[in-house]
Amino acid sequence: MEKIATRDAYGNVLVELGREHNDLVVLDADLAKSTKTIKFKKEFPERFFDMGISEQNMIGTACGLALSGKIPFASSFAVFATGRAFELIRNSVCYSKLNVKIAASHAGVTVGEDGGSHQAVEDIALMRSLPNMTVIVPADAVEAEQAVKLAYEYCGPTYIRLGRAKVPVIHGEDYKFEIGKAHVEKEGKDVSIIATGLMVAQALEAAEELQKVGIDAEVINMSTIKPIDVNTIVESAKKTGAVVTAEEHNVINGLGSAVAEVLVEHCPVPMRRIGIKDAFGQSGKPDELLEIYGLTAGDIVKEVKELRGRLL
Amino acid sequence: MDSVQKRELQLQANQIRQDIIKMTGQAGSGHPGGSLSGVEILTVLYNNVLKMRPNQPDWPDRDRFILSKGHAAPLLYAVLASKGYFPREELWRLRKLGSMLQGHPDLKTTPGVEMSTGSLGQGFSVSIGMALAGKLDKKDYRVYVMLGDGESQEGIVWEAAMAAAHYKLDNICAVLDYNGFQIDGTNSEVMSVEPVADKWRAFGWHVIEIDGHDLEAIAAAFQEAQTIKGKPTMIVARTIKGKGVSFMENEVDWHGKATNPTETEKALAELQKIRG
Ligand SMILES: Cc1ncc(C[n+]2csc(CCOP(=O)(O)OP(=O)(O)O)c2C)c(N)n1
Repeated sequence: MEKIATRDAYGNVLVELGREHNDLVVLDADLAKSTKTIKFKKEFPERFFDMGISEQNMIGTACGLALSGKIPFASSFAVFATGRAFELIRNSVCYSKLNVKIAASHAGVTVGEDGGSHQAVEDIALMRSLPNMTVIVPADAVEAEQAVKLAYEYCGPTYIRLGRAKVPVIHGEDYKFEIGKAHVEKEGKDVSIIATGLMVAQALEAAEELQKVGIDAEVINMSTIKPIDVNTIVESAKKTGAVVTAEEHNVINGLGSAVAEVLVEHCPVPMRRIGIKDAFGQSGKPDELLEIYGLTAGDIVKEVKELRGRLL
Repeated sequence: MDSVQKRELQLQANQIRQDIIKMTGQAGSGHPGGSLSGVEILTVLYNNVLKMRPNQPDWPDRDRFILSKGHAAPLLYAVLASKGYFPREELWRLRKLGSMLQGHPDLKTTPGVEMSTGSLGQGFSVSIGMALAGKLDKKDYRVYVMLGDGESQEGIVWEAAMAAAHYKLDNICAVLDYNGFQIDGTNSEVMSVEPVADKWRAFGWHVIEIDGHDLEAIAAAFQEAQTIKGKPTMIVARTIKGKGVSFMENEVDWHGKATNPTETEKALAELQKIRG
């Protein structure tokens, strides 16, 4: 399967959008080469603003641009874009409900060798706690491209979580992403695996393994964490009676928490959360780290079997 | 500025001061001290400088003003009401449930408020984006922004200061309401901001130092700022916190406390006497 990093898809589609739309502007905080906004910078230097290493002022400036009719995409690493600038995002972007897009790369442990200081495991939690914010976590390059295009069209604060590592392209060109709508990647009746980001590919791999032992898993790609698709979660849980979530994020306040919130209110079923168990990351190769933090297809298989075993 | 004009502005400034006292007095809370220090600056700005259409607040070619020291909302509201952005009666609903006048400026609820502020430092950063957009669109609107001296202890202020000079944003004119006080005491007790003018010059700004209660000096400074090319301008305006109300002047306690009914009456009587 072809592998492309979602940040690369972002860099490419920005240029494409830039050619169509004059009101698109891009800001970065001295990481254009890593976030891939450099491609936009090369083609549209007059609409690209490097704000230097000042993430707070980057977000504030984006607000001013949005208030003046521009559609700004602001990029940095997820740790800095959401963490350093958090209160700017709270008070200037979300409280004021401004049309600012924050597209942050290097989310999760697959940042790799740079280590824990650079691996955001809390960004979904931070962003989804803010009123007015929409939170999107694309699973692959195809979805990332569509998410960026739809974020451009959508009017309101938006956070797009992008990754550094190359991830399998699981969707064909005919795939259609909608903000706020989960996508059932594979139907099944025995267990619902609800995943986000690069864990969707792992979930699909796990489903294949599970099929071999007679477990028919449904795989749901929850690419919009907020607003979350309540219907799809509840319908699937009603059908299968068991849910396992999978995310490259702290299990606290990420996808697993969001799904649990829906289930306890609408359809309480036994559930397990796969994710980083309230820990920071560390240096290593992306694949090594996915293994250490229990974020592989094998981990999903194990969790599903364990949960099913308890239920039988 | 001729003497008739000056007299008119003086009267208006006095009325704004009375409104600030009445508003916060009725609300039972709010920030009179730092509102009173900026009265002359905003009076001149809104009467002599800003291109605006109060009946069309989103007119694309208008000049922008952001009150970065958002706690001085009563000052901004009184001035906006005086220009007809909304009915004066709204002033007496300040800080009440459902009021269009929130405790700190909220662009979602108040016509004429360009940016929601209250978290110090952020409004100044937002002004950079507005000025960049103006340059990009080759528009000649100008962006005005008022900062507090305590506010300028925030790191983001200096990030934004650097960016404004880097992008040669000569369409920005900032005003520092340099009243020397913050909440816990004077700036020099809490965290010295001196040498203020040198700092802004070092960051690449054109600096004008004035008495922030001198109407003519304020008008002249705004005029000078419009002639400066290639760099942003900072007007360092020396002011008195609580200006115009004897028991409030240079009294740190009046930063974030409203007058009780007796104090309100006393303050209003003083102001009405000055008005003559
Ligand atoms: C980020 C932030 N921190 C703290 C506060 C609380 N606060 C409100 S006003 C103020 C003092 C402001 O001092 P200054 O800027 O000098 O204003 P002025 O004296 O002119 O009223 C503080 C600390 C705030 N509003 N925002």
